Parts: sequence; structure tokens; C-alpha cells
Amino acid sequence: MAKLTYIKAITDGLDVVLGEDPKTLIFGEDVGKNGGVFRTTEGLQDKYGEDRVFDTPLAESGILGLSIGLAATGWRPIPEIQFMGFTFEAVDSIGGQMARNRFRFSGKRAMPITVRTPFGGGTHTAEMHADNLENYFVGTPGLRVVTPANPYDAKGMIISAVENNDPVLFMENLKLYRSMKDEIPEGKYTVPLDTAKVVREGTDITIVAYSAEVNESLKVADKLAEENISAEVIDLRSLSPIDTDTIFKSVEKTHKVVVVQEAQKMAGVGAQVASEIAEHAIMNLDAPIGRVAAPDSVYPWAQVENDWLPNADDIEEKAREILAY
Amino acid sequence: MAKKTGHVIDFASIKATMSDPYKKTFQIVDKDAKIVNQELFDTFSDDQLVDFMKKMVWERTLHEQTMNFSRQGRLGFYAPTFGEEASEMGSISAFKDQDFLFPAYRDLPQLIQHGASVAQGFLWSKGNAVGDDYGDQRNWFPQIIIGAQYVEAAGAALGIKKNGEKDTVSFVYTGDGGTSQGDFYEGVNFASSFQAPAVFMVQNNGWAISVPRYKQTAAETLAQKGVASGVPAIQVDGMDVLAVYIATQEAREFAAAGNGPVLVETLTYRFGAHSSAGDDPSRYRTKEDEKPWFDADPLIRMRKILTDKGLWSQEQEDKLVDEYKTSFKASMKEAENTPTQSVVDMLKTTFEEPTPQIKADIARFEAKESK
Repeated sequence: MAKLTYIKAITDGLDVVLGEDPKTLIFGEDVGKNGGVFRTTEGLQDKYGEDRVFDTPLAESGILGLSIGLAATGWRPIPEIQFMGFTFEAVDSIGGQMARNRFRFSGKRAMPITVRTPFGGGTHTAEMHADNLENYFVGTPGLRVVTPANPYDAKGMIISAVENNDPVLFMENLKLYRSMKDEIPEGKYTVPLDTAKVVREGTDITIVAYSAEVNESLKVADKLAEENISAEVIDLRSLSPIDTDTIFKSVEKTHKVVVVQEAQKMAGVGAQVASEIAEHAIMNLDAPIGRVAAPDSVYPWAQVENDWLPNADDIEEKAREILAY
Repeated sequence: MAKKTGHVIDFASIKATMSDPYKKTFQIVDKDAKIVNQELFDTFSDDQLVDFMKKMVWERTLHEQTMNFSRQGRLGFYAPTFGEEASEMGSISAFKDQDFLFPAYRDLPQLIQHGASVAQGFLWSKGNAVGDDYGDQRNWFPQIIIGAQYVEAAGAALGIKKNGEKDTVSFVYTGDGGTSQGDFYEGVNFASSFQAPAVFMVQNNGWAISVPRYKQTAAETLAQKGVASGVPAIQVDGMDVLAVYIATQEAREFAAAGNGPVLVETLTYRFGAHSSAGDDPSRYRTKEDEKPWFDADPLIRMRKILTDKGLWSQEQEDKLVDEYKTSFKASMKEAENTPTQSVVDMLKTTFEEPTPQIKADIARFEAKESK
């Protein structure tokens, strides 16, 4: 066991899969000698060679198209899109191509591709470097969209993602990269790709969140606990599919729920969670479903970023409103 | 300080000459069936010449029969191949079984020559994904998103290289319109950067639906689009099946030998509409535009060459057409006897392991579809 950051836990997981499966390949912009602009792939080219870990020309559609052709010839690609905002250049490769190929080939050809990409706000990046674009991708049949909220899950989930035989969009939170450490077991372990996790048990209200907002939600749970209010916090981990069973079980117990996301509110993950609850568990509720999300503007530039991002105060305010209903 | 007068960089002459290396269209037999390269022509045996003609007659008959089926309402989307027989059959004849093929929607004849059945082609048109189940064949589905096949072909070329596969290349087709896509350039450039064995075919048939070739780019040739990526290219008479074959075969050999990708532009013409779904070429081109190209019909020149050599007769061709038609009708029956796909089939092939939501949908549609 070693205490590792979120980013080093991902590096460790990539090391495991590269070591285990000689057909795995890591490629993208700057991932080779430079080890990625965040150093997520640091040391991997030295260890596994330029045939397995390599730089590509600067073109996102090219990178993901390359992945599809590599998968077609027996490889297991782990491409990196340097920032999630750059996936706009490669939307066809994801939604038009890799996610549909299993169907196109009657289930007989697989696209075992893990697209890694950093996202998420709060680090004052340049424009288009922090966007939460999961809303665009969760409605893509044939694509899994996952995001770990802590270093332990990050390692276990990257290993599961690479081992999965369907395309996985693996979103890595920029703010969490170096702000958290966990005890990380050495070697291989996996964390399932399609189950949510109850990260804190409680009985009075359920807070459903993912990625960096899980930590914000835990802060709120701590604060409410001082007043003997018991909040349950669920980390979705998988944004598509969504593990509704875990949510329904919790709501059955607490009868109150707040759904939190960092992304803008329109038609996203939180909307899906809220509508699933409304459709299947509304009779268990004693109050309306609370929602916390960013406003429906474009992602802000650095100076207003912290005012724009939903934080623990916003979650607490919404939780108190729902509790008082 | 003296003021600079005039130009030191002669952009005008750079522009005027930059296409020159690509404008020497490679040809063996011209439109009047005159052999312009006797030495190369003599490298073909009589059997080979007859075989090329048979393939082109096969493709034209397939087109005509497909249009008949289409008019009878027995097919869905179909992109007519009429006029492009030399470009398609000449190039596919240079393929080996181990080569990977990434076709676009007008390339069903090559897909079939590379191992798919005619019935599969019809199933694709009818909207049954079973048509795209190619088993172990190195075939990919007919790409609809123009350009996507180019980046994917670059990936397969890199995969072939990494697999250490000898004498194997990744082939991909697009048209003149396709060369305007960003993915076109990304695919060519990626394959070049990795020096991967890809052959990029551009079938320049003059039209992207209604938009003429000259509106796609001011470049005088499409072949020269390779040069910026360090990819050698050639422009070929796409109505000359022998020239297309030799150019493709040599491109293949060059790429397979580890020299990096090659780009081949074939100058051909879409005799028919863009698709069977209501496109009317008379809205955007005239009979006068079409005439020189119909005069250049690839079958006319080969028919004359073979007839002069005593290797071909109209009677023989008619008999062949009848045989092909009979077999295409049998293929259509096969396609029509293939069970239609169900929503459940679709749901089951969305993921390897259906998600809980998809499992619920499967149960719902199983109940619905069993009624």
C-alpha cells in the first residue's frame, strides 16, 4: 500500500494494464516522452517502449479514428484527449463511430477503447480546458461514461475500463488530480464500472453527486451531522448507465433527495437522475427533488469561475430547503 | 533606407506550377481504345484482360439490377456505381485477401469483391445490420460519414504495422467531396506520420451530390493533397481499368514494403444520380456536361480492345449479363428470406453486457415483438 494522488493512482492503473495485456496501447498528444501535460502517463513510455506508448499528430478526430482502426486490427487502445473541451473535434469518432460499431457488426466486433480525458472546473485554466461535457455524451447508446471521485476508485476503474470490451469515456477530474490521496493497494484490483457507491450512510436526506461534487457533498454531510441531521451521500461513478437501484434504495430510506452536478443544468446527468426518481420512486418522497447545478451559461472564464461553480454552500442551502419542506 | 519594390517571392509562379507533377494523368488505354502505353499493355495476359472486362460487366449489371430492385421498392438507400466500374474494379483487383478495406457508401462492389456476398449488400441497403456481419473478412461497413473512414484506415494501417503483418495494407475509398473533410487530411497525415501501410483511394467522379469538383478546392488536382503530408500521389485515368489496376497495385506494393502511405486519385464520372432516393442530376448538370464522360465509358474501350483481339463478342456479353442477373435475383431472394432484425436484436448488440436500462427495454420489446 502506498498513499497516492488521484493522478498517480491512474498512472498506476495504466501501468497494471500495460503490464498485463501486450495489446494495450497508450497514445495521444504529449503522452510519450513528456508523460502527458499533467504527467498522467509519466514513465510509461520508458517502461513499455515507444511502440506501446506514443505521441500522435495534433488532431483529436485523428486520434480517435486511429483508435477505431487499431481496435479493428486487434489492439486495445487507450487514447488520451488532452482536455475534454477538445472532444468537440472528435464527436463523430465517439458518437457516430465507435459507440455504434458493435451494433453495426451484429455484436461480433468489439471496440475495446478507453478514451481518457481531463475535465472539471476550479483550476483557472484557459478557455475550453475545464468544461463539464458529460451532458453531451451520456445520451450516446453504446458508450459508457464514467468518472471516479477518489484515487482508490480512479485506479480500480481505469483497469475495469480498459478491460471492458465496449468504448468507455473515462473522465478524470482536474481539481482532484493532486488534491486528494488514498491508500492504494499495489498491483491489480478493479472497481465496477456500472455501480454507484454509498460513500456515507445516512437516514434523513440523500445527496446524489459525482466527481468533485462528491467531496463538496461530504462537507455538507459533516456540517449537517453537527445538528444531528444524517445525510447519505451517493457517488454515481458511472454517468451512463446510471445505477438507479442504489439511488432508489436510499430514497426509500431517506424520503428526501438532492441531485448535484458541476455541469450546467440543461438535460444532463442530474436531470436523468431526477426523472428516474420521479418515474420510479416518487411515492417514497416527502419533498420535491432538489437540484444543484451550474447556471446554463457557457463555461466561465477564470475570474468568475469560483462564483459560477456549485459548491458546498449551494448544496447545503438546497439540502436545508428540502429538509424543511 | 530604400523602399522595397516589386516582389522577391514569386507566389504567382509557385501557384501556377505547383500542380504540375500531378497532372500527368496515368493512362494505358485512352477513350478511343488506343493503346497509349504498349509496353505496359503487353504485361497483361488475354485472360487478365477478359477478367477485367467481366468484372466491369458484373458491376454494371449489379448496378442495373439494383436499380430495378430499387424501382420495385425492394431496397432502401443505394448509391449508383454506374460509370465508376474501371475505378472500382481496377483498384479492387490489386487487393489481397489480407488487406483491410474501408469503403464508403458507393463502394459496395469492392466490398463484395473482397468477400462480402451480394445478398449482404442488399441487406445493408434494406437496413438490416446482418448485412455488415463480415465474419473474419477484413471488410468494414460502408461509411456514411464522409471522411471517418480515412482516419480509421490510418488506424488499421498502424495496427497492421504493429502486428508485424507482411505484404498487407489498409485500403480506403472516398470521393472528390470527401477530400474537403478535415478527417481526410488527418487520416492521410496520421498514416504518413506513422509511415503506416495505407493506400488512400480518391474516386474523383466530378460531383458531390450537386456540387461540382471545382467548387471543392482551387487545387488543380486532388492527388496533390497528399504532398503536404509527405505522401506520394498519382492521378490516374479512372475510366481506364488497366491504368487503375497498375497504379493501385504499385501503390499497394510501395506501401506494403514499409515506405509509408500512397494516395491514388482516379478521374471518373458518376453517370447516374447521387442516390436512388430522389436525386435528379438534370437540376445541376447538362447533357453537354455529361457527354464527354459517357464517351469515355470504361466498358466501351475495353469492349473494343477485346473484340479486336477476338476475345469478346456482344453475344458473349449478353450471356454473361443474363447469368449475373440470375444470380443477383437469387441474392435478392436470399436477402428477402433473411429474417428482419428486431428491436431486441439491436438492444442486445448495443453493449457486450446489456445495462439494467437496456435489460428493461429488452423485456419490454420481447413482450411486444412476441405478440
